[in-house]
Amino acid sequence: MARVVVDVMPKPEILDPQGKAVQGALPRLGFEGVTEVRQGKRFEIELDGEATDERLAEVNKMAETLLSNPVIEDYNVTVIS
Amino acid sequence: MRIGVVTFPGSLDDADARRAVRMAGGEAVALWHGDHDLKGVDGVLLPGGFSYGDYLRCGAIARFAPVMTEVVDAARGGMPVLGICNGFQILCESHLLPGALIRNDHRKFGCLDQVVRIENNKTAWTTAYDEGDEITIVLKNGEGSYVADEATLDLLEGEGRVVARYLGNPNGSQRAIAGISNEAGNVVGLMPHPEHAVEDLCGPGTDGLGFFTSVLTTLANSR
Repeated sequence: MARVVVDVMPKPEILDPQGKAVQGALPRLGFEGVTEVRQGKRFEIELDGEATDERLAEVNKMAETLLSNPVIEDYNVTVIS
Repeated sequence: MRIGVVTFPGSLDDADARRAVRMAGGEAVALWHGDHDLKGVDGVLLPGGFSYGDYLRCGAIARFAPVMTEVVDAARGGMPVLGICNGFQILCESHLLPGALIRNDHRKFGCLDQVVRIENNKTAWTTAYDEGDEITIVLKNGEGSYVADEATLDLLEGEGRVVARYLGNPNGSQRAIAGISNEAGNVVGLMPHPEHAVEDLCGPGTDGLGFFTSVLTTLANSR
């Protein structure tokens, strides 16, 4: 069994209103010195069997097809166990 | 002329869209997201709402609904397809239209009567208008901010594929884009809702009716 994480983040040039809202709320709670917050998504995917190159290629395809929208988001695939 | 209106789980404006089709003089046909069947319609409308709860991204899951296989094929074959609001998001996720729609820059759900200018009256859905017409229809969305890279925006502008533009910019859309078309002009995505402006009793007037009469005229002329 392998566990793979796909992190999806809005591209740097894309406005992230949700991140901005969080950033705006932090000083109100007394958290100072935060210059930027970007909000993304994390998917934890469990695979049966090993995380072979073939399986990881499949996960990359999942990330590109469904989990992220390449027009506005970047993704990153990491094997955690 | 038979215009199909797809109902996804979470569609809200499918009944209004069918009503608008009927008011324009067409026959509205209810299509179901789970069927691989367009029931022989002449055009397709993807209505507004929150298909699949807007989970993941607006339109991201609806794009893979069974009926979309047929819609995408038909659209590539030249059938008129209009996506309104959530329908526009679905068309972008399906790659039938370029770009994407992200959360409004002011982070609030907007619900207002909105003036848009018709910039291209040669698409299948806008022939009833004159270029430069300023019409008032309804804008109601949380994620209606149109984004694309500069090259895509320049291409859209250069090819006259910006179909409608906001007067003022209610949601941070790049270049105030309210609607775009594909290269052939048969597929149009529109963030504001013409189907909510088709009769005087409710809504801001009847300015939206032209989208529905346009497609009926386009189809009649192509026979």
